[in-house]
This record gives sequence, structure tokens and C-alpha cells, in this order.
Amino acid sequence: MILAKTGNEAIAYAMKQINPDVVAAYPITPSTEIVQIFSSYVADGVIDTEFVAVESEHSAMSACIAAAASGARAMTATSSQGLALMHEMLFIASGLRLPIVLCVVNRSLSSPLNIHCDHTDSIASRDSGWIQIFCEDAQEAYDTTICAVKIAEKAFLPVMVTIDGFIISHCMQKIEVLSDEEVKSFIGEYKPNYNLLDVDNPITLGPACLPDSFFEHKRAQAEAMNQALNYIEEVFKEYKERFNRELFILEEYQTNDAETAVICMGSTAGTAKIAVDSLRNKGYKVGLFKLRVFRPIVAKYLQRALKNVKILGILERMEGLSAFGGPLFNEIRSVLYDEVQRPLTISYVYGLGGREITPEEIEEVFLELLSLKDKKREDIEKFKYINVR
Amino acid sequence: MSSYSNEEKKECFIISWKNLTQGALIRDLKRIRENKTGSWRSLKPIWNKEKCINCYRCWMHCPDAAIIIKNDKVVGINYDYCKGCGICAHECPRKIQAIIMVREEK
Repeated sequence: MILAKTGNEAIAYAMKQINPDVVAAYPITPSTEIVQIFSSYVADGVIDTEFVAVESEHSAMSACIAAAASGARAMTATSSQGLALMHEMLFIASGLRLPIVLCVVNRSLSSPLNIHCDHTDSIASRDSGWIQIFCEDAQEAYDTTICAVKIAEKAFLPVMVTIDGFIISHCMQKIEVLSDEEVKSFIGEYKPNYNLLDVDNPITLGPACLPDSFFEHKRAQAEAMNQALNYIEEVFKEYKERFNRELFILEEYQTNDAETAVICMGSTAGTAKIAVDSLRNKGYKVGLFKLRVFRPIVAKYLQRALKNVKILGILERMEGLSAFGGPLFNEIRSVLYDEVQRPLTISYVYGLGGREITPEEIEEVFLELLSLKDKKREDIEKFKYINVR
Repeated sequence: MSSYSNEEKKECFIISWKNLTQGALIRDLKRIRENKTGSWRSLKPIWNKEKCINCYRCWMHCPDAAIIIKNDKVVGINYDYCKGCGICAHECPRKIQAIIMVREEK
């Protein structure tokens, strides 16, 4: 079935079809609609989810943790300051290995106050032990939200699915949805490892682990993230086989013979595709890599895909404030460091606080990257900004 | 602090990360029962049978389930697990004062 949906509506629709046991949420722009639409489904009796209207995002994640620990399938949505307020609980969700799905509508973090898109919020949670999957458009958000439930429950790790605030969350597009039955049969029943409410089999959850055991638990959690990519691959593959829709881990666009390329996440990939087409028409061999999975770091995909690229522009919708580029730039560079064949990497920070990025600006990036070929490495400026005055 | 036997302590230290329960979950309640947290106490609740009116407020509020009830009557405090937080004394009705906190003697 084909429907017209905004990104928020697409995610709310996917959540309706998932029909989780518990959704605990607190509204925040631009993710408010997800919660609002979802709570209407509950109020109208379309689904039987226990909807908990909490008093803060910290409580939203706490309630999801409690629900998941009690054997329930739990989901929530948030943005920006809301995700920041959840920060403490994010680590608890992942440390307890609870498969919670969180839909993040990316928005900048204060200060200054801004409600528009950049990736600072979710990337700031990158070390919290959550799988993070970025989506380009409403269709990908819909498909990924459904897959996220299954990935989380296979890996016993929480998953963030992200869309770009306003750009995707509030713009309507055509999406193809599955039937309720198809979604239900795809995600199947959640089989929790334990249930805190099972009084016949009492357990202790969240014990103190002092220097004699904390380290081992963290090592085990790290291993779960090491294995997570296998589950992502498995679930995306099954999704394609059953519904004939391909979900990528690292999507490549016109990269076969591309010696110059850019890599980015989220909606900018759509913009960059137009820039690539335009330059291809003019005879330039340029390509695009769209990174979907930010956590775990998909090193083997990046190493394989970027092997033949000579110059790579890393487009990043956040300013890492590190004096050495943002996290995406540093991680991709680090992944490539030991490779014999590796591209020159240039950091491009763009689109902070919802600043628009146009195909023409990305074309200029490509042209600039192409012009670097004949330059000496030491003369090349590594840290660039797109469209900043 | 804990009352693990030497053998159990040894076992604790040799468990590899590969053999741990997911999310640090503890299913083995024996361990928890044997970890007598009463040793943490610096203040000790003293319960007075004569004054007690069996309102159960202490029992409801005790975070360590250390108020012992038998045949619907409070019969004492389980000092193996009571950490001496004083909530029971605080919750005991002011006019009754059947529980008072005294300094723990070692």
C-alpha cells in the first residue's frame, strides 16, 4: 500500500504496526508528532499498547527500561534536549542489555537555542552502547523502525533510529507500507531472557559490580556490540527477501569508478545524489557513500568500499568542538588508517542548526575535492565548513 | 564485609567475561542471601514489643525487608540484613516510638 506520510507519521505508523507493549514518552520538537500520533492510535483503541505519559525524557527512558526488564517490548521517541536528558538512562538500558527502540528526530543542542536539524544530539550519545541507524527519508525510517525491533531483540542491545528534524520529520512523501500482518509476522513475538515481574523466579537486576567484576561486564557488553553487525545484516537480508526492499548498511551511489567521493548520513544523501548526477552529466567521475549504521562502526564495509577512492570529503552535520574535526571524520579516518590503499580525507562541517544544504553547494565540494589532486598534502586544508559566513 | 566462603570468592575472581550473565543479572539468590548487609550498619534500630501497635508502617517502608512479622505481629528486626537506615524509626508513629535508633556497638 502506498501512503503519503511525513517522517514522523511514517515512524508513528510503523510503531502502530509494531504495537509495542509499552511506549513511555515526553514530547519535544521535532519528534512531538510521533508521540502525539501514536497516542491517538492508543486512545482510539486501534492498538493495545500501554502508553505512559511521563514528566520528562529521563522518566520516559526509565519507564522503558523498567518495562523492558519486565519482559515488555518498549519504544519511545525524542529529540535534542530530550535525548540529552535521557543520557544517564541510555547507559543503563544498554548495560542491562535491554532491546529498547528509540526513534530520534535529530535536532541541534542548545546553546544557542535552535530547534532545527543537526546530528549533535544522537552523535553525542555515541558511546552509550546503543546501535545507531541513520535514515535518509520517510521510507527508510519506516522500514528501519520495523527492522530495529528485530535487531534489538536479536542482539539484546537498544537501537536508535534517526531521521533529520523537519527536513524529513515534517516533509511529506510517498511511502510504501506493509500490512499489519506482515509487520507482525516479521517481528514475531518478543522472547525476553528474563522478567522482573516473574515472582516465581526472582532475580536481581542492576547489582553493584565493584572492581572485581565491573570490567568483565563491560567487556561482555563490548562483545555484544562486536556481534551487532551480524544481526543487522541478518535482519536487513530477511527484510529484503520477504518484502523486496533493500536496506543498506553503507549505500553506494555511482561509486564504481569514482576516485572522488563524499560520505554523509541522513537526508543530505538525497541532496548529494542530485549533485553526483549533475557532475556525472558533465563528465566528472564522482560518487556518494551514504553511511546508515553509525554504531557499531562498520569498519569492514568502509575499508572495502573506500579502497579505490583517492579523495574523500566527509560531510558531517555536527561540529565536534574537538579542534580536530567531528566524530564522523575522526572515526572514518581512523578506520582507514591501517589500510594500504586509502583516500585523502577532508572534513566538511555543514548544516548546523538546520542551515540548508543545496545540491550546488555539494557540487562545489566535489569540485574543490577534484582540485586537490595536484596539490601537495601539506598544503591541503583539512577542516572545512560549507556555507558559513 | 561479605560472607562469601573463600572458595566462592575464588570462583568470583576467575569468572571470565565470556561466562557472565547478560546485563549483570543475578539468578542465584543464595549469593544474595549470604551477603549479609547488616555489617554496613552504624546505627541500629531497637524495637520495643510493649510499645508496638502493629501498624506495619516499618514493615511497609523497610527497603531491606528486615522487619520480621509472624502470625500478623511484628516480632523483631532481622539484623543480618538491616543496614540501619532509620526509615523504620522515622515512620513509627511519633506518639508510639516503638523503634529508636542507637549507635551500633562492634
